[in-house]
Amino acid sequence: MKAKFLIPLLLFVVLVAFLAIGLNRDPHEVPSPLINKPAPAFDIPQLEQANKTFSPESMKGQVWILNVWASWCVACREEHPVLVEFANSGQAPLIGLDYKDQRADALSMLSKQGNPYRLSGFDANGRVGIDYGVYGVPETYVIDKAGIIRFKQIGPVTREILNQTIYPLLTELKKS
Amino acid sequence: MRMLFSIFLCLLCLQNVFANDAAPLADDPVVEQRLISISEEMRCLVCQNESLAGSRSDLANDLRREIRTLIKEGKSDDQIRSFMVERYGDFVLYRPPVKPITWLLWIGPFVILLMGVGVLFSYLRRRNEAPAAKALSAQDNQKMDALLAMVDKHDKGGDHG
Repeated sequence: MKAKFLIPLLLFVVLVAFLAIGLNRDPHEVPSPLINKPAPAFDIPQLEQANKTFSPESMKGQVWILNVWASWCVACREEHPVLVEFANSGQAPLIGLDYKDQRADALSMLSKQGNPYRLSGFDANGRVGIDYGVYGVPETYVIDKAGIIRFKQIGPVTREILNQTIYPLLTELKKS
Repeated sequence: MRMLFSIFLCLLCLQNVFANDAAPLADDPVVEQRLISISEEMRCLVCQNESLAGSRSDLANDLRREIRTLIKEGKSDDQIRSFMVERYGDFVLYRPPVKPITWLLWIGPFVILLMGVGVLFSYLRRRNEAPAAKALSAQDNQKMDALLAMVDKHDKGGDHG
């Protein structure tokens, strides 16, 4: 009989638990449907050498990272030093995708803050970004040897994400 | 003060001079109509509470341009919807498709409603089950007689009642 009075309390606790989980989730982090799907193909001019193009096809057989960035993006500036560190670690080639940017602005940002990218594709109108489901820069994709997207980071890559997720994933993917 | 006010008025008028012309509407109203009907059913991922049709974000602009191209290429509404879902997931749709992962979303409210109705009925049934008529013991009868007798006496004795 006494236990009956606890039912509303229990229901309330369950409700609070749901709300607490809901509040702590970032609604902007939408799970990407591209995980475990082939990285969409593209062939676009490079940022530094406009007469050359870059296509993900050329990275087949390697585990690599595609980082979507832009000189106008504030969070990218925050992320930049982490990427430079990552590039210095030599764990995997880092390719940039300069998203809806001005060439001169992008180049000046790289010369001021260092260039972590082996090269950057220049996605002037954001068409490649649409194929990759980009909706907020920066976004980062880990792509395996077969060209399958294995991980996507929405928002800046931090040292914690590098250490806890990306490095272990790279080691695992390089084995296969 | 009046001076300041008139300067302000002039500035306001000037604003109109500098304002841009309205962006030209797409040449094909049929395409535009379909664009609107498709994109009203889609969420803008940058401003999640806006539809793709209503959002002024850059991405929404690009996506509308993309949808317009697809329409002109002769793609069906379903093809365009799957183009968007392949890239941004079911989240982009305001009406998520019915499939195992969204079952809870679709039928959850009805399950909870049924549970509520169940609880209500069991409560009502319990309340209507009249407590079994209880036979009064001899002691109870005596007590009641005594009380009634008291009431009687009181009524007769007093002039109010």
